Amino acid sequence: MLHQIEGSKAVAETVALCRPEVVCAYPISPQTHIIEGVGAIVKSGRLAPCEFINVESEFAALSVAIGASAAGARSYTATASQGLLFMMEAVYNAGGLGLPIVMTLANRAVGAPINIWNDHSDAMSARDAGWVQLFAETNQEAADLHIQAFALAEELSVPVMVCMDGFILTHAVERVDLPTQAEVDRFLPPYEPRQVLDPDDPVSIGAMVGPEAFEEVRFLAHARQLQALARIPEIAADFAAAFGRSSGGLLHTYRTEDADTVVVALGSVLGTIKDLVDSLRDEGLRVGVLGITAFRPFPAAAVRAALGGATHLVTVEKAFSVGFGGVLSTDIAMAVTGLPVTVSTVVAGLGGRPITASSLRPVFVAAAQGRPERLTFLDLDRGVVDRELARMARDRRSGPTAENVLRDVGVVAANGF
Amino acid sequence: MTAARQPVKFYQVGSFAVGNRLLEPAERTVQAGPDRRNSLNSGHRACQGCGEALGARYALDAAMRATAGRLVAVNATGCLEVFSTPYPETSWQIAWLHSLFGNAPAVAAGVAAALRVKGRGDVRVIGQAGDGGTVDIGFGCLSGMFERNDDVLFICYDNEAYMNTGVQRSSATPPAARTATTEAVGPQPGNPFGQGKDLPRLAMAHEIPYVATATVADLHDLEAKVERAMAVHGSRYLHILVPCPLGWEAAPCDTILLARLAAETGLFPVFEAEHGEVVAVSKIRRQRPVEDYLVRQGRFKHLFDETGAPARPDVIGRLQAMADRSIARYGLVDDEPGA
Repeated sequence: MLHQIEGSKAVAETVALCRPEVVCAYPISPQTHIIEGVGAIVKSGRLAPCEFINVESEFAALSVAIGASAAGARSYTATASQGLLFMMEAVYNAGGLGLPIVMTLANRAVGAPINIWNDHSDAMSARDAGWVQLFAETNQEAADLHIQAFALAEELSVPVMVCMDGFILTHAVERVDLPTQAEVDRFLPPYEPRQVLDPDDPVSIGAMVGPEAFEEVRFLAHARQLQALARIPEIAADFAAAFGRSSGGLLHTYRTEDADTVVVALGSVLGTIKDLVDSLRDEGLRVGVLGITAFRPFPAAAVRAALGGATHLVTVEKAFSVGFGGVLSTDIAMAVTGLPVTVSTVVAGLGGRPITASSLRPVFVAAAQGRPERLTFLDLDRGVVDRELARMARDRRSGPTAENVLRDVGVVAANGF
Repeated sequence: MTAARQPVKFYQVGSFAVGNRLLEPAERTVQAGPDRRNSLNSGHRACQGCGEALGARYALDAAMRATAGRLVAVNATGCLEVFSTPYPETSWQIAWLHSLFGNAPAVAAGVAAALRVKGRGDVRVIGQAGDGGTVDIGFGCLSGMFERNDDVLFICYDNEAYMNTGVQRSSATPPAARTATTEAVGPQPGNPFGQGKDLPRLAMAHEIPYVATATVADLHDLEAKVERAMAVHGSRYLHILVPCPLGWEAAPCDTILLARLAAETGLFPVFEAEHGEVVAVSKIRRQRPVEDYLVRQGRFKHLFDETGAPARPDVIGRLQAMADRSIARYGLVDDEPGA
């Protein structure tokens, strides 16, 4: 049924339709509306039986989910940014134990400097934790991915993180088609755990593993991810057959046929990029778009297959590896190894800075015309940066960088210093 | 200190312990028997004289008896986890989960929530950790568990330092004790005074249904407290003193003696509390000076000279004052003559 609804609310409603049995929550912007929504549904009695547990930290939130999942309950939590980092030890633990927890990540920048707005630094920090990471482009996809996430997680015993852009998606009100309970029940069978704490059949879970077997156990986590690589498109196809719309999968292409330049990105920025590509196409530039939905496992073969004859790839990334450059770009470059393709990186949208078509246009045009920049920081105010670098070179006690930069860019409240 | 060859003793002297043969069968605490659950089975890799292995074996078996075997245990990282589950072996004959060092209370809360939602309220949950996993790195999760009154019995096996990593100081390490991070050097050797956490009292401040302390010197008392804890629901906390021969630099055969002396000096008060109020204490029948406890442990040897005479009466005096304060706080010694 169609709703005009906030993204967080749509996700909360959809998560509830998946009948989680234990939900643990610790608030952090911009995830709050999701857990508030689920909490209200549980408290109303509409979702029963379900335990909604208000915990004292993100570390506890995921730890409660770990215990609940190991005891056989479908378990869900949500977080963002610092919260993900604070629970990171448990993130790796859930991945290593192969517990099918589903977690929404309302993507947000990671401090310092503290910043509540959207980028993908948080998700990238958990890249290697053994979780499937799915990125939603729209609120419809964010909602739909949760249904697919529970199915995938529980089939393979692997945790799944559904990433949706903080504020841009979580707080945006738009049209979302929410399924009925009966539809979701038909698609998502009850959770049948592969390993469970049961006094009638006692097992030890979480044993210490030394060098004699650690590599094999870790490789099996990799093997499960490779299985996910095969199952993600199949589950998306099943979803399309059951719900009548296409959501999820490994990746989406847009106007890539005959493209010589392909722009690659994750998440909601794909909308802006597609609009820009439409107008570049109108101008005769052969540009296409590749949206990555499954970032882990990374669909390297599908990426190669999707590129066709493109010779220039431009990744637009809302995160970067400090001291090197793009994170997604590195994976893309590995995926196209051996092909006559250049890969360039645009770091954009950090800490919620708007990514506009007018700023992206010259970068895409340069790449399409065979003049790609290796690494571009979109809309970077080089003057401000140089001023601070000069200050640091001049004065040993140059002071806190963030505060200096705020003063330099003329933030009103900083003028009193 | 280490007794290479100790005389064989067929009976105990210097304690008020009563032999099992003098007790009714129901009153006895037995090592082995056909009905014993052996939740923590033999063959594990704990050190000789390990107080934690002893405490865990009795606590878990008592809990298994109290719940007719309907039990799940969640373990923090630490000695107990490492010596019991070197892959692919396990000493646990119960459903057992280890996740991380600092999250055992939260994981246990999650298990309890899952069992409740699954309609399996008959299955009970125990969380367990050493003092590091309880008073330090796990304290945030433990306080959260207490505050929510989650239906978990959490047991701390307190050996007063990070023994698994090589005897580093925790906030349960007593003042003046030598550890690898509070060396016995300088003008104030060992762990500083005025620091540390009294976790049973912090647990009581959460007003949870049941808080108790016990030692491995009185296993019958320990078993009774586990049984009492399993008879109620909500958050319960049991703090067990478990001497560590390695970390305390004591003879493995002195584990029980040291646990008893810790109680009889007053340094480790043994009591029970309900909803934040002390309801019972184990009285000290013959109070011992703290020197008797300290002199048997290498971690305090800088307080004594080679003959065992006090070399730092000032420091020993401060420890005695701590014991006296604890005796006064809990009323551990009766004033009436002959009591």
